[in-house]
Parts: sequence; C-alpha cells; structure tokens
Amino acid sequence: MRALVIDDSAAVRTILKRILTECGFEVVEAADGRLALDRLREVGSADIALVDWNMPVMDGFDFIRAVRADHAHDGMRLMMVTTETEIAQVAKALEAGANEYVMKPFTKDMILEKLSLMGIAHA
Amino acid sequence: MPISPRDFDFVRNLVHQRSAIVLEAGKETLVESRLSLLARREGIDSVDELFRRLHADPAAGKLHVQVVEAMTTNETLFFRDIYPFDMLRNIILPDLFKKREVEKRLTIWSAGCSGGQEPYSLAIMLKEQFPQYMNWNIRLLACDLSTEMIARAREGRFSQFEVNRGLPASLLVKYFHQKGIDWQVREDIRRMVEFSEMNLAAPWPALPYADIVFMRNVLIYFNVETKRGILAQARKTLRPDGYLFLGTAETTFNIDENFDRFQNEKAWCYRPKKTP
Ligand SMILES: C[S@@+](CC[C@H](N)C(=O)[O-])C[C@H]1O[C@@H](n2cnc3c(N)ncnc32)[C@H](O)[C@@H]1O
Repeated sequence: MRALVIDDSAAVRTILKRILTECGFEVVEAADGRLALDRLREVGSADIALVDWNMPVMDGFDFIRAVRADHAHDGMRLMMVTTETEIAQVAKALEAGANEYVMKPFTKDMILEKLSLMGIAHA
Repeated sequence: MPISPRDFDFVRNLVHQRSAIVLEAGKETLVESRLSLLARREGIDSVDELFRRLHADPAAGKLHVQVVEAMTTNETLFFRDIYPFDMLRNIILPDLFKKREVEKRLTIWSAGCSGGQEPYSLAIMLKEQFPQYMNWNIRLLACDLSTEMIARAREGRFSQFEVNRGLPASLLVKYFHQKGIDWQVREDIRRMVEFSEMNLAAPWPALPYADIVFMRNVLIYFNVETKRGILAQARKTLRPDGYLFLGTAETTFNIDENFDRFQNEKAWCYRPKKTP
C-alpha cells in the first residue's frame, strides 16, 4: 500500500510519514500539490493521500480537484489534514471529492481512527 | 509531592463508596494529578488545602462530589471501535425493526455515556440509516455518574479535538454546527436523547425495558462483585430478545453465566440466555 503525504511543512510530513509507515504504508512525500502530481506520475498510483490545504504553487483543494478529474485515480482515498476549520471549508473539500477531513492540530490516534473509518486497517 | 497513604486511602474509600470505582495501590500519582487539577479549577491553593476543606465539609457537600467525578475516566469517541456500530446497523437494528413491527417501539440505552459521543452516534446512525422508522416511539436513554459529563452531554457541545475523533466528516457537516470554537450537535439529534444522572453501582430506579443496552468501557473500573451486580440488573432491564454491548476489553464470562455471546467476524455482544 502506498500513501502520499502532501504538506509544505517538513515537520508535519515527518510525523505523518512515521504514523503511516507504522501502518505498513510505503510513503511518498511532496511539499505542494504540483510536486505531488509529479510524484504521483512517477510512482503511478497511491492508495491514499493526506493533503494539507494551504500550500504554495498548488494548494490541497486544487490537488484534490485535479486527482478527482483524472479517472485513473478513482480508487485513491483523500484525507484533508489542515488548519482550515470552518464548516463551509469542510463541506467544500468533501464536495470536491475528499473522503475524510482532519482539523489540525492532530494526534496519532486521530489519524488512525480516521483511517479505520475509511476502511483502511492498521497494524 | 505525592499524597500521603492516609489521604490516598481517604480518596480511595470515598470514590469506591460513591461510584464503585476501584483505585488500586499504585494510582497515587494519578490521584494526585487529578486532585491538583481540581484544586486549580476551584481556586484552591494546594492539594493539602483541598484535603483540609474535604475534612471540614459535610460529606454530602459539593467538593466530595467533585473529587469523585475527578476520578472518573471519561475517555470516549464517536462510533468507538466502529464494528459494534456496523453490527447494529447491518444485523441487529434490521432484526429488531422487523420484530417490533406491531408495537413500533424501540428503546436503546447508553449507560456510562461520558460526554455524549456514544448516544449521539446512535442517534445519528438511526436518523441517517433508518429514516423510515422515525415515526416510531424510539427512546434513546443515556446516563452517567458524573453531573458534569451529563451537563456537557445534554448541551451536545464538543471541542474540535473531540469532533476530529471517530466522526466521519460527512456526518460532522450534516449534523453539527459551529458554536464559537466548538461544535454543537443539531437540535433534532439532541432532542432524540434523554440524559440523566445515575449510579450504575447503586440499585437502579424503574427503567423502561430496553431492546439494546450499550454499557461500554464502564465495567472495567469495578471489582467482580460490582460487575456481577450490574450485569444482573442489566439482564432484568433487557428484553429477553435484547442485546447488550460491552467494551472490547470487557466480558460477561466468569462473571454472569446467564448471557450468550452473539458475534460476527468483527464484533460481538451478549444476549440473555433463553430460560428453558
Ligand atoms: C471511559 S467512559 C466510557 C464512555 C463510553 N461508554 C465509551 O465506551 O466510549 C466511562 C464512563 O463511565 C462513567 N462511570 C463511572 N462509574 C460509574 C457509575 N458507578 N455509574 C455510572 N457511570 C459511571 C464515567 O463517569 C465515565 O464517563
């Protein structure tokens, strides 16, 4: 199983990577949406992406729209992990095709609980 | 500074008497840290001062109650463990809705409901998955020992941290609204749940017969005799074809042999044994 971790903070990426690696994921990192699309092309596919909202170049919302516009990635699960906490933003992300939404700050348990909600078993 | 053995015993006895919760030796640090939190919240200078007031106050006073409540563990989340809720949705509720077709009545009970995540998960699931039964007489009862927890649960107000846990984002958007920095359950969901304070370890008041009892992650804090007494009362409250859910680390085995385990691949619950 492969996971994409997309966040402009290296510190956040490191934490998320550690959690996902413990769950048995191979983790691919990217610092913005554009780089994430590049990485996705290189590796071919991912089972899930954890996506920050506010990032330079291409933000998480546009990344989600780009992924959902490409039917090659229909099976990919998308989880927003962001400091955006307005209900309208949550709704907007879901409408654009996000499957789950975590409001920062997050804990490891929170991420694991959301993964199991999405039917992704963890070790 | 750790609390003295004498103070520890005092708290231990008080808590056991009022809630049946067992504080084992070795929990001194836990007791100490929860008491200093309570002291700070109440504007009391130190834990020593708190003890001085406890000894001076009448035992029925507010401070005694606060000490007991401070020793409860309220850790919970929406749709805790997921699988019990799946089992309810896919197997048990369809079964009960069929069996109760004539009386059109269903009673579900959340015992030890903490901040309300468990009963609200049940309410949201009913509304979301079984809208065609909303004209039935469906009662969702929820109780907890802690006055503070019941007050919070009634308000249905949750922090960002709490709504981040276990609650699908789609349901957050649909059934909650923002209230300051918190989130509040929609009023129609709130009205589905009747909250009350109740000590499970004391003799129970007259309760309506229940089709489903959720009593999850509560028994773990009690000794075997208390567990046995509570399970016996739960059995009397359950209808003969009802279902009892316990936490994943809890069981009726070797405590009350009058239950059968009912299970699928992922979840299990208990049903009263059929009397021949
Ligand atoms: C860990 S929480 C469990 C919440 C929820 N049922 C769950 O599984 O997530 C345990 C709750 O049991 C309550 N409790 C402890 N002793 C009790 C008693 N004697 N009677 C009623 N509730 C009690 C505590 O106040 C606490 O809110």
